[in-house]
Amino acid sequence: MFLINCPYCGERDQSEFSCGGEAHIVRPKQPTELSDDQWAEYLFMRKNIKGVQFERWNHAHGCRKWFNMVRDTSNDKIHAVYKMGEKPPVE
Amino acid sequence: MTKYRVNKTKHVDQTKTVSFNFDGKSYHGFDGDTLASALLSNGVHLVGRSFKYHRPRGIMSSGSEEPNAICQINEDTDLTEPNVRATEIELYEGLKSSSQNCWPSVNFDIGGINNFISPFIPAGFYYKTFMWPKSFWKKIYEPLIRWSAGLGKSPTKPDPELYDHKHVHCDVLIIGGGISGIIASKIAAKNNLKTILIEDKNILGGSTIFQKNENYKINDKYSSEWIDEEIAELKKLDNLTIKTRTSLAAYHSYNYLLAKENISDHLPLDKRNGDIRQRLWKIRADKVIVATGAIERPLVFNNNDRPGIMLANSVKKYLDFYGVSCGFNNVIFTNNDSAYETAVSFKEKGISVEIIDIRKKSNSKIVKNAEKLGVKIYWNSTIVNTFGHRKINSIEIMNLSEDGSNVVGDKNRINCDCLAVSGGWTPMVHMHTQSGGKLDFRENDQIFIPTEIDKNHINVGSCNGDFELEEIINNTNKKVKNFLKVSETEFDNTSVLNSKELDKRNIWLLPNYISEGKCKSFIDFQNDSTAKDIKLALREGFKSIEHVKRYTTTGMATDQGKLSNMHALGIIADTAGVKMGTLGITTFRPPFTPLTFGSIVGRSVGKFFDIIRKTSIHEWHIQNNAKFENVGQWKRPWYYPINDESLHDAVQRESKAARDSAGILDASTLGKIDIQGTDASEFLNRVYTNTWSKLGIGKCRYGLMLNEDGMVYDDGVTTRLGENHYLMTTTTGGAANVLSKLEDYLQTEWPELDVYLTSVTDHYSTASICGPNSKKILTKIFPDKDFSDDAFPHMSYQNAKIDKISCRIMRISFTGELSYEINIESKYGKSLWEKCIEVGKEFKITPYGTETMHLLRAEKGFIIVGQDTDGTMTPIDLQMDWIVSKKKYDFIGKRSLYRSDTIRENRKQLVGLLTDDPNEVLEEGAQIVSDMKKKPIEMIGHVTSSYFSPNLNKSIALAVVKNGKKMSGQKLIVPMENKNINVTVSESVFLDKENKRINA
Ligand SMILES: [Zn+2]
Repeated sequence: MFLINCPYCGERDQSEFSCGGEAHIVRPKQPTELSDDQWAEYLFMRKNIKGVQFERWNHAHGCRKWFNMVRDTSNDKIHAVYKMGEKPPVE
Repeated sequence: MTKYRVNKTKHVDQTKTVSFNFDGKSYHGFDGDTLASALLSNGVHLVGRSFKYHRPRGIMSSGSEEPNAICQINEDTDLTEPNVRATEIELYEGLKSSSQNCWPSVNFDIGGINNFISPFIPAGFYYKTFMWPKSFWKKIYEPLIRWSAGLGKSPTKPDPELYDHKHVHCDVLIIGGGISGIIASKIAAKNNLKTILIEDKNILGGSTIFQKNENYKINDKYSSEWIDEEIAELKKLDNLTIKTRTSLAAYHSYNYLLAKENISDHLPLDKRNGDIRQRLWKIRADKVIVATGAIERPLVFNNNDRPGIMLANSVKKYLDFYGVSCGFNNVIFTNNDSAYETAVSFKEKGISVEIIDIRKKSNSKIVKNAEKLGVKIYWNSTIVNTFGHRKINSIEIMNLSEDGSNVVGDKNRINCDCLAVSGGWTPMVHMHTQSGGKLDFRENDQIFIPTEIDKNHINVGSCNGDFELEEIINNTNKKVKNFLKVSETEFDNTSVLNSKELDKRNIWLLPNYISEGKCKSFIDFQNDSTAKDIKLALREGFKSIEHVKRYTTTGMATDQGKLSNMHALGIIADTAGVKMGTLGITTFRPPFTPLTFGSIVGRSVGKFFDIIRKTSIHEWHIQNNAKFENVGQWKRPWYYPINDESLHDAVQRESKAARDSAGILDASTLGKIDIQGTDASEFLNRVYTNTWSKLGIGKCRYGLMLNEDGMVYDDGVTTRLGENHYLMTTTTGGAANVLSKLEDYLQTEWPELDVYLTSVTDHYSTASICGPNSKKILTKIFPDKDFSDDAFPHMSYQNAKIDKISCRIMRISFTGELSYEINIESKYGKSLWEKCIEVGKEFKITPYGTETMHLLRAEKGFIIVGQDTDGTMTPIDLQMDWIVSKKKYDFIGKRSLYRSDTIRENRKQLVGLLTDDPNEVLEEGAQIVSDMKKKPIEMIGHVTSSYFSPNLNKSIALAVVKNGKKMSGQKLIVPMENKNINVTVSESVFLDKENKRINA
């Protein structure tokens, strides 16, 4: 059960949040131009790696804001938290 | 005093007799005893039967690692509990306990026959044997296994006791109140840190509290005296909270820990007063110091499981702490020095003891001490067999060969009534690994020790591999100072005297002259797995420790292998010829000791289990005999029986009334989302499949929302209240998810849109009135309003007032009837509803519930998302092509509507079904087939909604059927358990195909 530093509210218990999967997957601006394979790539393919991963999180039982998080899935260490639209930190 | 109670100690009050019952017999113990110590004081060793072979088993330890003494307590009461360790339960007046896993009695056990056929029960026996023949499984194997392998009985009645949860935060949490935990707590609390110390026993002090031996002194005092003084001082510290009877269950990441406090389990049943029984502490600690100590290892030799064979330090604890001698003719079997303390304790009390030591010699102080007291020591020897059925009565020993791989010389038989074994010590690294910590293998004493990586937690004392008093005190002091950034402590100059262990020898599986296959050398006592099982698993090709563990079930019992894991690993390493450190170790998972369900759920039981949402009209529904249905968290009226009307009869009556005159439904639970902003129209365009930009102000429109994968997600009517203002309705169950999904898109994909969403579900109550007389009723409620079709057409909305209270009237319909929904601020919901009922009386307005609503909409072929759809249905599958805009460039899910899979012809599609016998009502969920002859029979779909329609006077159903669109008029079969029902595929709209009733 981790502590998450919501960029709007500060440090809160994990139980207040929900995870929205891999971050920085942008919805294609022109879906109709895409082939089935390209659309499937956007729709279904997620990395879910063991190690440092960029994730979307929502402060569901708090400010309800979405934000991004860099988390090491192997030990749950959170390396960074940043707002939607902000650039991911370079490591 | 019984003859086994040989010693007076301050921990057991021998003036206070406590009577208790075990296996139907009455005994006496004293205040301060555990059930185990009280039984031993009465000479009772045999307390259970083993899981697989039903071998007699006795109390083996004095703590949570106990594999054998597992009891059912207070049977025949609501408070009965299985799997209670006799070594952990504090004795109280009237305690009733019984052995588990033995029938008809612990002394005569029918399952014991397994013991004689045991050559046939090797590792994986259950997997192999009970596979065949298949037909035997249900009738023979499963009942047999369940009957003979049961681990206690669960209570049959609701738990009458209270449980509690408590959240706490602290600077430092110390787990374990032994010597190192006490030192750490004192340093932390004295340095102004908010400290919590938890200890699972009822007193602090660990095993030091009964260590009174010349060879172990701290500041010139016996270590037991020194620790007593430390504990007394500890209790005076302001910053320290001491929680005894509190065991750590789980250590999660970010120093989040769960601990279970036993509040009343040690009290007699009549003194519990309905107070809280257990409290689950949810602790968030800035820093954690793990001081959980070590547990003694058994030794693995032939027939090492008889009652009377116990761990050496536990034998010492029974003697020095509880005053109970486990035997009068004791033998100690050891590979290390610590068991010599047990020998010295015995000898000092004049009790006979001999030692068998697998080491070749030792000249440490404690060994010399024992020798000086006249203890006979058999060096370089091992036990090859033990005897005695219900309790050990003798052993057979032999000498070990030079390299320890074999036995040599003659057998020597020694009589004994208690065999205390010690195979060394295993640090309790469970907490460290649960928190994500890694382990290192230390060759010289064959243990896994923590490697510290997390800067917010450390391990101190013997759980860290420090076993000797001097290193415990000095290393704990040093480590804690460093961890808490303290420069000096009172422990800096502690003088410690202790006997140092000089010689070590470890043999995981002791050799024998008897062939391996004929030895019963137990590793996991609770699951009855032996060294032979492990070797068999290896021969059969299992390599990974995790696989061997599951195949042999070693370490998988309720003790989670606290005593067995190391030996299993050691034997695997020896057999495979690899280094033990390279094998890894099985994962320790929470809880460390079993938790009660009560402590897990806390107060979230009964009506607190989940939030119950009621509409403001709820009281009226109750007064009018409504039966309720749970829809999500909502209580919705299901139907309103008159007198003892059945569901069917009530629904037939309600449905007819709604179509013939007027019906009224509480629709307050529908999700309502207020949408505002200059881009609101564009937003709706993107989230619904149809077009919204052209919807006039004051108009309503039905919308279908898809997931990005093209599947129907939700539906509802949205009303345009103003230029930049909409009110969206969602399904009752989908409201929260829809809001979250829309927020997600707004915040992450379309942040450029000026749109604001607010959940207003609870703000408004909704009375939905339908039927040919609904217009008349509305006219009576709102006499100033023009309800003509021209002034107030279908799919439009108007503001109105009842007295001075504003409300919104939407003319929309989910039944196909002329229908109005009146929305009013929630607090006026009941008044509005009562007014509708009052005014509607002359039209026999009939309240109807969800069941009738479902029937009415099914007559019109309207879908219910979640009933007729299941997350695999596109709008095209639902034959709702009309709602999918061809013109819009994009909306959520659009691209997925022409993926190769979604345009497939033979997808399941929504159709109507009519039974050939109009009185036959299909079962929802029933499978549909077209060809009964071709085997295997292909299931081509299933029934999603089915009712008897009183308005059509026949049975109707909706179903999803492969290629259903093209099957109109085709005959299909719905096979049921005892008959096949013939059906015909029809249109999904059964009533009023021309939509005339909407303007009736
Ligand atoms: Zn927040």
